[in-house]
Amino acid sequence: MEALVAIAIGVLTASGLYLMLRARTFPVLLGLTLLSYAVNLFLFASGRLVMASAPLTDQGLDRYPDPVPQALVLTAIVIGFGMTALLVVVALRAIRETGGDHVDGGRR
Amino acid sequence: MSHLAILPVLLPLVTGSLLLLSSRCAAGLRRAVGFAATLALLPIALLLMSEVADGTHVVYALGGWQPPFGIVLVADRLAALMLLLTAVVAIASHLHAGDGQDTAGPQFQALFQFQLLGINGAFLTGDLFNLFVFFEVLLIAFYALLLHGLGPQRVGAALHVVVLNLIGSALFLFAVGTLYGVTGTLNLADLARVIPRLDADTAPIARSGALLLLGVFALKAALLPLGFWLPRSYAAALGATAALFTVLTKVGVYAILRVFPLAFGSDAGELAGLASPWVLPVALATLAFGALGVLGSRALREAAGWLVVYSVGTLLVAVGLFSEAGYAAAVYYTAHSTLVSAALFLIADVVARQRSAAGDRLDVVDSMPQAGLLGSLYLVAAVAMAGLPPLTGFAGKIMILDAARASGLAVATWSVLLVAALVVIVALARAGSALFWRIEGETPTAVARPRVPLRALAPIGLLLASVVAMVAWGGSATAYAWSTASQIARPSGYVEAVLGDAADDRRSLR
Repeated sequence: MEALVAIAIGVLTASGLYLMLRARTFPVLLGLTLLSYAVNLFLFASGRLVMASAPLTDQGLDRYPDPVPQALVLTAIVIGFGMTALLVVVALRAIRETGGDHVDGGRR
Repeated sequence: MSHLAILPVLLPLVTGSLLLLSSRCAAGLRRAVGFAATLALLPIALLLMSEVADGTHVVYALGGWQPPFGIVLVADRLAALMLLLTAVVAIASHLHAGDGQDTAGPQFQALFQFQLLGINGAFLTGDLFNLFVFFEVLLIAFYALLLHGLGPQRVGAALHVVVLNLIGSALFLFAVGTLYGVTGTLNLADLARVIPRLDADTAPIARSGALLLLGVFALKAALLPLGFWLPRSYAAALGATAALFTVLTKVGVYAILRVFPLAFGSDAGELAGLASPWVLPVALATLAFGALGVLGSRALREAAGWLVVYSVGTLLVAVGLFSEAGYAAAVYYTAHSTLVSAALFLIADVVARQRSAAGDRLDVVDSMPQAGLLGSLYLVAAVAMAGLPPLTGFAGKIMILDAARASGLAVATWSVLLVAALVVIVALARAGSALFWRIEGETPTAVARPRVPLRALAPIGLLLASVVAMVAWGGSATAYAWSTASQIARPSGYVEAVLGDAADDRRSLR
């Protein structure tokens, strides 16, 4: 389980980084989205992974997942979503104003 | 429990939301409401300041949930000073925007309040994750204000800023996750208590998390390899908003000054003095680079943007000494540099309006109708910024140089600081003479140039008067800086105030 989550975070981060280094706004946007998925998984895992237990807690249970990272992830997802939406708007506006979707403005 | 500490967050939140909903009301009414809410921040900040002046920490547990599990707002001398600075700059910026810049795009008033909400929240929070949330709030308002009154140049600059800061936010979350994974807490005071107890196995993980955090704060503060976004985007923003943005870089500096001496200070065990090998050299490089940027600028607003980089570099030299004298210099210099950079942005804006076609470019053209008046204001701001006596820059630099004597890098610090100051003096003198002194032709041209009413110069006057007040009452200003520094250098007071005798032996969750 740990290995699987670690590999997932690594693959998401690596693909996100690769896409962010592209010169067009759309791949950059996708890259940022992938990076934020990696962050969310990472935050979730920072409370340690617990298998075969109640989702939050129950009486008499001595192994249960940490609820704080779940709350953090929820907040991070909402903020990440808002930021991605804003970036889409800015990128669309840049295309309309400069006539191209190169990250430095214009067609190259 | 007094609710004073949450007012600087609540007031802009409520006002901003109301303004967002009332977009059909007359622009004048919305402007008046926005201004009243901005003005009200000043007495609130002063009240908070008088409450913490004797060294107490005002701790506000949100919803009455006690720390370390509940979220707290903490006001101490440093936070109160930053709130006061924000209020003064915001009032000046709002007054300046009232001249028509606030109607250049929709929802300026609401965005302005949300910007203040994010800034004030970041100064008050005592929780690492909430610091992230307030950073996001201030950034999203920052992006929107950057795009306010949009043009192609502005969109290009904004795209870079948004992408860079989104990467910064992702790294911030990685850092928060790493620190939480090791320590099991996000409350700053609790972190300060847990981190010294980390053993040799877990300390390196916390170290990587903390250094990641330092990188994120450096991005917000625009330190050298991460600061290239700043001059271009600030120069592209409207004058009034650019003046407010000078507070934003200080948020990054404030975060370094808050988190590192507190949680990774001298009694942090394995991680003691974690940031000290990094901050000072990077700050010196930023300072030198910023000074060269000022010298290479071709327009006054661009120069003001580079001066922000320069002053952040100077400021972090003081922070990077990680000594009480260094903190005192940093506190004094923060107040000085914020006020002066904001004033320079406003001056550049008025100058650009008077020179019509030439804008704020440093070309020799016909004289302006009010060259004498504007030139005098520029002279005051430039003298303060360059660090010439008798104004604040001089006092601030003396404090930094004095604090640096004890450091291992004293020679490097002194030489870089002094040579950079010389470069900035040359650059500012050159800019001033190109704008105000050397003119082509004797008479102002026939083209009608708008004379700026004296009322429009009031915001600049307010900022520069605050600078002069910092000199006139220099004794109390430096005394406040020193008492703030002693509070930063002794984090036990902060930890005590937040956690009190809260059970330290709480059961581990895992």
